[in-house]
Amino acid sequence: MSLLQVKQVNLSFHSKRFFKGKDQPKVLKDISFDIQEGTCLGLIGTSGAGKSTLGRVILGIQRPDQGQVLFQGHDIYKADKHTRQKIRRDLQVVFQDSYSSVNPRMTAESIISEPLENYEKLTIEEQRRNVIELLERVGLSEKDLKKYPHQFSGGQLQRINIARAIALKPRLIVLDESVSSLDMVTQSLILQLLSDLKDDYGLAYLFITHDIKAAFSISDQIGMLEKGELLELYDSKDEFFASKHPVVKRLRDSVLSEHPRFRMIRTWENRV
Amino acid sequence: MESKERFILHVRDLHVEVRTKEGSFKLVEDINFGIKKGEILGLVGESGSGKTVTSMSILQLHDRKNIQVTGSITLHDRELNGLKNTEMRKIRGKDIAFIMQNPMNAFTPVFTIGHQFIETIQAHTSLNKKDARELAVDVMESVNLPEPEKLLKLYPFQLSGGMLQRVMIAMAACLKPSVIIADEPTTALDLHSQLLVLRLLEKIRLEHGTSILLISHDLGVISEMADHVIVMKHGKIVETANVLELFDNPQHEYTKKLLRTRPTLYSEKQPYTYTL
Amino acid sequence: MIAKLQYQLKSQKVIVISSFILLGLFMITLFAPWLAPNDPIAVNLAHKLQQPSWDYPLGTDHLGRCTFSRILYGARISLGFAMLIFISALSIGLIIGIIAGYKGGWVDQLLMRVGDGLMAIPSLLLVIGFVGIWGAGLKQVILGLILVQWVYYARVIRGMVLSLKEQNYITAAKISGSSTWTIMKKHIIPNVIPSLAVMGTLEMGWAIMNLSSMSFLGLGVQPPTPEWGAMILEGKSYIRTNPALMLYPGLMIMIVVVTFNLLGEALAERYGVKSR
Repeated sequence: MSLLQVKQVNLSFHSKRFFKGKDQPKVLKDISFDIQEGTCLGLIGTSGAGKSTLGRVILGIQRPDQGQVLFQGHDIYKADKHTRQKIRRDLQVVFQDSYSSVNPRMTAESIISEPLENYEKLTIEEQRRNVIELLERVGLSEKDLKKYPHQFSGGQLQRINIARAIALKPRLIVLDESVSSLDMVTQSLILQLLSDLKDDYGLAYLFITHDIKAAFSISDQIGMLEKGELLELYDSKDEFFASKHPVVKRLRDSVLSEHPRFRMIRTWENRV
Repeated sequence: MESKERFILHVRDLHVEVRTKEGSFKLVEDINFGIKKGEILGLVGESGSGKTVTSMSILQLHDRKNIQVTGSITLHDRELNGLKNTEMRKIRGKDIAFIMQNPMNAFTPVFTIGHQFIETIQAHTSLNKKDARELAVDVMESVNLPEPEKLLKLYPFQLSGGMLQRVMIAMAACLKPSVIIADEPTTALDLHSQLLVLRLLEKIRLEHGTSILLISHDLGVISEMADHVIVMKHGKIVETANVLELFDNPQHEYTKKLLRTRPTLYSEKQPYTYTL
Repeated sequence: MIAKLQYQLKSQKVIVISSFILLGLFMITLFAPWLAPNDPIAVNLAHKLQQPSWDYPLGTDHLGRCTFSRILYGARISLGFAMLIFISALSIGLIIGIIAGYKGGWVDQLLMRVGDGLMAIPSLLLVIGFVGIWGAGLKQVILGLILVQWVYYARVIRGMVLSLKEQNYITAAKISGSSTWTIMKKHIIPNVIPSLAVMGTLEMGWAIMNLSSMSFLGLGVQPPTPEWGAMILEGKSYIRTNPALMLYPGLMIMIVVVTFNLLGEALAERYGVKSR
């Protein structure tokens, strides 16, 4: 059984104002896909394609108009409160903006402890040790326990968000443009961290992004999202490269060269 | 060949310091570079490396009370550093154009694109509204922006980031500046828009021989566009090289790190090469 | 370095000094019975309208009562009950504001409409209304003032909660499994309290002013209970001969209100909270 099953999810945004018979644009159209334990699905799409909305639907915070989201076999929108709380601990998130994802008045320790306090009955000692372990796991240290968000850089703060996300050893983490706001160097470091964590803990990821390179560095499967529709789903990167779908082609062709010798915008004959 | 070898924009020994209650701090030091006609100089650096300070210095946009800019900045051999603001204003937008990272921030949300475009043109020329509008439409057509007449009537929030950026570039280009400073022009855009924006810059460069200072932390952008590259870290230039040399033979540790750690589409074993 | 410290110290100084003054006043309120040389309501016509002396440090009023003692005991009412009004209004406003802001929907609508209704009535009118029903008295004034004041707090807090609610970290907290109560406890309340503290000090001044004004109008405290506003009312008739009778209580009100305001604004500056 797949860890996550998304079935025919549809969603349009309902305006509060009275639309005389006008059809509301669909944000998500008949989205279906599965994610297996320990694998990463990279969902690539341009801005406005509905990526973040889909993330929210899967996290259980945005109810779809039609369709189901099954996590560990349970329909998350039909489950009772007890089941939902149980599922919660296995389904976590890391948002794009590291700063707004944390309470500016809480220390790193409190931020990471929150999920632990909600689910585990640990002594203060045990909890602190847990948090220190988590901090070290994401590349920070005990020194950072008592620091406040404004004392960290964007990249470091994102590590704290990751530490919070893995605190309960979840099965699936939704990474919603988690590295898009970081500069190149930090991006690769964080992607490396996420990759290591995936291997160590057998985590599954839903990696939502517009950046094809970032998606490639960490995903097993690739999905193309365009205007709310899931165009294609590829089981491997090779399949993605081989695809003849126009949107995919366009995306592939938009990837910039990695060495000036292969540049495509300025070819050497054009030099003034 | 003399005129061809001249630097259109020449920065020599640029030092920028800021005075605070706690004392003076160097923002950037020993900045030296030049851009020839039709060349693109890539400036690579993380946030905090001093790249924005440098471009702001060229545009003389620092607060003169607290910020001290020493060194020479010449445009067509004319010294810009220390120039009166009234003089600088004639140069900004017309001889040196600036394209910023987040196009949303470049436009006032309460006026239409057309209004702002025409206003800019009229500020630097003696064209009347009708002619200015025609010029705007012409430029937008020449850069392949769809339905320019319609676009001009829209408000900034009605356009996507990519589209706005292209309009901003059209605006920057229409007065035929000698130099364009593009500060992270593609960072906030998705891949396809990025490609369109860069192609646009290249088109302008080819048609008008514009010199471009292209600031980016994305090595892909640098690889695509730059002739020469300077790498900045902590307010200093740590490496200067021709773009091919930089990628083939990086000298400084920092440059090497940048090249090593960028995310790549290819594995070492199977490099996919794309040729047009 | 020194300059920065001096800057911080200035608001720090104000905070420290104001706090000391307020602490002193608080002590007076608490220890009035021990500090007062005489019984504040003891009438002694033989000694009426006397100048300050050893027995009567500030002289006596028209009924021979010790002004100084009356001031001291008056503090209990003016300050003490003002504090009661303030804390009650604040607590009610806090609870209702948080519920309305967080829950939204019909609960929010209902609470806000009720609040609107109450706010539309000027505080004076409401107090007069109560006085009409139950006669003049301190209770009526206090009740009236609380009823009008809570709405203001509720609105401000509701506004804060509304914007807090949308923050990503609230969503993150929900995903971490936090219950509504936990979220309120950990995220909403701590982010609301600092602004409250500032609002509070400024509002205390309001509460005191209003309480005294009501008493001055004869609606609140009834004789012979000493209260600053009432004392001004009583002293009104003797303004030409013994202006001191009005001066001392008036001065006290002024000192207290100004101190609270200075404290509130210094706190706002120090902690970066908007003060109105």
